[in-house]
Amino acid sequence: MSDATTYPTRWRKPPMMVKSRFWRIALTLGAIVYLALALSTVEVNWARVVEGMSRAQRFIAGFLQPDFTSRSRDIWIGIGESLTMTFTSTVVGVLISIPIGLGAARNIAPRPVYLVCRSIIAISRSLQEVIIAIFFVALFGFGAFAGFLTLSFATIGFIGKLLAEDIEDIDEKQAEAIRATGANWVQLVNYGVQPQVMPRLIGLSLYRLDINFRESAVIGIVGAGGIGGTLNTALGRYEYDTAGAILLIIIAIVMLAEYSSGYLRRFLK
Amino acid sequence: MSVTDAQTPIWRHRTPKARLALWGGWLACVALFVWCWEMMTQRTIWAFVYDAPRAAGDLLGRAVPPKWDYIDSLIWPLWDTMNIATLGTLLGIILAVPLAFLAANNTTPSRLVLRPIALFLIVASRSINSLIWALLLVSILGPGILAGIIAIGLRSVGFIGKLLYEAIEETDVKQVEAVTATGASQAQILNYAIVPQVLPTFYGISVFRWDINIRESAILGLVGAGGIGLQLQASMSVLAWNQVSLILLVILGTVVLSEWVSAKVRHAII
Repeated sequence: MSDATTYPTRWRKPPMMVKSRFWRIALTLGAIVYLALALSTVEVNWARVVEGMSRAQRFIAGFLQPDFTSRSRDIWIGIGESLTMTFTSTVVGVLISIPIGLGAARNIAPRPVYLVCRSIIAISRSLQEVIIAIFFVALFGFGAFAGFLTLSFATIGFIGKLLAEDIEDIDEKQAEAIRATGANWVQLVNYGVQPQVMPRLIGLSLYRLDINFRESAVIGIVGAGGIGGTLNTALGRYEYDTAGAILLIIIAIVMLAEYSSGYLRRFLK
Repeated sequence: MSVTDAQTPIWRHRTPKARLALWGGWLACVALFVWCWEMMTQRTIWAFVYDAPRAAGDLLGRAVPPKWDYIDSLIWPLWDTMNIATLGTLLGIILAVPLAFLAANNTTPSRLVLRPIALFLIVASRSINSLIWALLLVSILGPGILAGIIAIGLRSVGFIGKLLYEAIEETDVKQVEAVTATGASQAQILNYAIVPQVLPTFYGISVFRWDINIRESAILGLVGAGGIGLQLQASMSVLAWNQVSLILLVILGTVVLSEWVSAKVRHAII
């Protein structure tokens, strides 16, 4: 009689992600075992780290007092190469990706064309810029031309995929209205599709311009020209004040590009 | 009759002024492109470029078929690459979560001092690629997987921090008010009103970043930061292209696998 059901007197927070108690414990244990295994493979040469600390200090000092002047010629050449490479590769990449994007849209392209274009996009997207840059440097020699080809190739996959998805999402009624006037395929694309996807295409191109600049700073490390090469050289010479200056310039340009492309995209909408 | 015909205005999409401006804009773009092209190709050696198709054929001939038994010496570097990506993501999360709470408009303790600092750190981390971080860290810490982990971590801070603080700013104010009304302290408000709202997004962001980090850690070895990239660098410097092609296949397989895992996990969470 007296042993009525005992209710808990304290409220416990219910588990948020994994509901089953068994899986909660199993996942925690698994994570701990993995962490122990993974951390044990990290070999740290403490003597080297201590030696490096003085370098780290010099690097931070170089970052706080950047040296823009003594290597200003190299920096200007690097920046010039990066910016021109960025612009030309975005233009060429977008121009090539427009037909590929049209071909990769299921609603306006025949099936064989669709498959070919989709596989071009998949190849371009699955390989990383740096790896492509290595190959292009091996084939076309060191310098900005290899970087230009790398960025153009990467742009094709990016713009092509997003453009194709955008074309697949268009308002079918407008395309049908154009078709009903007896328009051929070119006229259909020109009057039914292009007006609907143009604002987004411009936005994407600006976004890609921004990405291409960031990437141009990286692929220089493997020899594809631009500011990355200058940075690599500066670090190789342990000139941390020049490296600090280059990094500050990169950050400044990236921030500028991000804000201005955001502003432009809002303006174009 | 023909007089009235000639006077009928023809409909045009744009006014003459707008057409002129558009035409001028296009001309400026083309001119800029030509100028940039000239600047860029100033130092190009065209002999190499014309030679490229032959060189490509030669390279392909050496790269196919891949040297399959080389896979034995790729297992450990691959494990290292996974560890760089996973531990780097963890480091990024540990650094990014406090930064995100400092940077979010509704949770920051000081809007004038700490918020701008946190926002600057997030932007700075985002604008420097992990390969550049690795380049710096290798010259400071020496080559090895530790430099790779820290490089991946520092790059992830900006990504996770930005997406997380945007998620925190988008939380529902009503829940915060309800918890505040019970007399909860600041810490309790965070724990009971804000964290449960952003937790699914947080897991989604982390897994997404982990997926990106797997890709990035595969190439960090090129500058000496450990992982399968070291093997890639070594094979390329001895021009063993059949090993290079195998390494690329392994990287491609890992990337596809991690993308599949991350898509599954995000699907299950959200």
